[in-house]
Amino acid sequence: MFRERKGKFGLGKTIVEKILSEHSGRDVHAGEFIVADIDLVFAQDGTAPLAIDAFNQLGKRKLFSPEHSAFFIDHASPPARRELANDHVKIRKFANEHLAALFDIGEGVCHQVMTEKFTCPGNVLIGADSHTVTGGAVGAFAVGMGSTDVAAGLAYGRNWFRVPETFKIRLSGAFEKGVFPKDLILHVIGMLGADGANYKCLEFAGESLKGMSVSDRMTVANMTVEAGAKCGIFPSDEQTLSFLKEHGREDKFRKLESDRDAEYEKEIEVDLSVLKPVVSLPHRVDKVFPVDGDELENIRIHQVFIGSCTNGRIEDLRVAASIVRGKKKSRGVRVIVIPASRLTFEQALDEGILKIFNDFGASINNPGCGPCCGVHQGVPGDGENVLSTSNRNFKGRMGNPEAFVYLCSPATAAVSAMTGKITDPRKIL
Amino acid sequence: MITGKVHKFGDNINTDDIIPATYLVTTDEKELSKHCFETHSPGFNKKAEKGDVIAAGENFGCGSSREHAPRALKGLGISCVIAKSFARIFCRNAINIGLPIIECPDAADGMDEGNTVEIKFEEGMLYNKRTGDRYRFTPYPEFLHRIISAGGLMKYARRKAKNV
Repeated sequence: MFRERKGKFGLGKTIVEKILSEHSGRDVHAGEFIVADIDLVFAQDGTAPLAIDAFNQLGKRKLFSPEHSAFFIDHASPPARRELANDHVKIRKFANEHLAALFDIGEGVCHQVMTEKFTCPGNVLIGADSHTVTGGAVGAFAVGMGSTDVAAGLAYGRNWFRVPETFKIRLSGAFEKGVFPKDLILHVIGMLGADGANYKCLEFAGESLKGMSVSDRMTVANMTVEAGAKCGIFPSDEQTLSFLKEHGREDKFRKLESDRDAEYEKEIEVDLSVLKPVVSLPHRVDKVFPVDGDELENIRIHQVFIGSCTNGRIEDLRVAASIVRGKKKSRGVRVIVIPASRLTFEQALDEGILKIFNDFGASINNPGCGPCCGVHQGVPGDGENVLSTSNRNFKGRMGNPEAFVYLCSPATAAVSAMTGKITDPRKIL
Repeated sequence: MITGKVHKFGDNINTDDIIPATYLVTTDEKELSKHCFETHSPGFNKKAEKGDVIAAGENFGCGSSREHAPRALKGLGISCVIAKSFARIFCRNAINIGLPIIECPDAADGMDEGNTVEIKFEEGMLYNKRTGDRYRFTPYPEFLHRIISAGGLMKYARRKAKNV
């Protein structure tokens, strides 16, 4: 954990080594402890109250940079309890007093909004939420930290880091019909295990990236933390440029990739064309099985959730909507659909996707985290099975330790909502 | 030096096990501690006594970034967590709030529920008083030692800011 690597290094750098060298003002390599500048800092309503307390302890009156600090009310939004509502009051007050950006109820999940509006290739981003790693999709060094670390970031615009070693995951081939980026990342987590990449950076590379949009990459980067990774990162390329253009931020584009002679701790090859749709079984994300295997035969589901920072983007909703268009959900299944941000919500509205889900019998909630973190909007009952496009299925994660959460792609979720049991999307697509 | 009774836990203890999200409405360590391990090991908050030590397997503290997890353990009076390995964010959070943690696979394996352990941080030494076994662990690197000896990141930062 605290092993510091010293000695000679080659000249080549990984993407993360490049970013951290730029932000610490010297050449750094994996294993070194450094102090680096931070470009963006944020906290959400579960972690912000503690971060605010810690910030106030410092006796500092100002944020290092209000325009680079953001607060999100997404985890319990709108709040279901008085205590949560009071936390929100505290966050609003702090954000307004310090002129920081505030994204209140209905604006969306922090990781989605950060990537749409703020995160740039080459940035150092820290967030008080473990899925901050999502920002790696646009070539940023984005790491989740605790509230005290984030408070230090808010106050000083700097923090300490250990430069992580990198695992290179080289992707080749293309997905077969019915297989999606969610299946890829679940496959990788199943292969590495829940701590297989602890403290490491997972860098994605290879010919397949050309066809992977930033939305696809966000799904993958988002879940790298489920293998213990400190961050997941993609090179910044044509896909990154087109994403930034779409969001009116093309001036923030810069190309970013690892040097040819960069050092990797491990190199892993994944051929996308041989992957199958997979499901992660309760109560561990790394318990990954093919959807057509014996483990998943005849598993009845009671609730389907399509949304979250992992799979609540317009691209995900389009896939699910194309499957359920003109159909009715299975009786006895509750279907909850939550666009990841206000922008996603607007797009889904304009494209008629919300109508498709509504006709299907789904319940559409406001942008935010939804039932993923078990605080509001869909806590399952005892003994019930939930099929979810979110990122974590720990016991009690959705607010009930007696319930069972299965994780899958939006396509698998949509098809299963029609049949009432976990179903292979290739049967329909 | 710390002396405490051991509570044994397995691999991949996650932050939802330590403190479920529904209790993140307080930042008070004592209040949080009432719900510590509530669903994973009901009654743990009653069983644990001030100064006790946790010995766990791989990847302790995986999952969410919630700092409430080490704070709940601290509020319960846990004086140190020994594990085969720690999840990254938990490790930082523990250091930042001043909950000592030790990565020592042999010690984590060699200690059983109810054993009494003596820990000498400066010497990097663990002693199981029940079995007589001794274990060495790597002390924190200098960099982190400064943060820990200051009493956590906020105190360290405040001190540093004053000196600048």
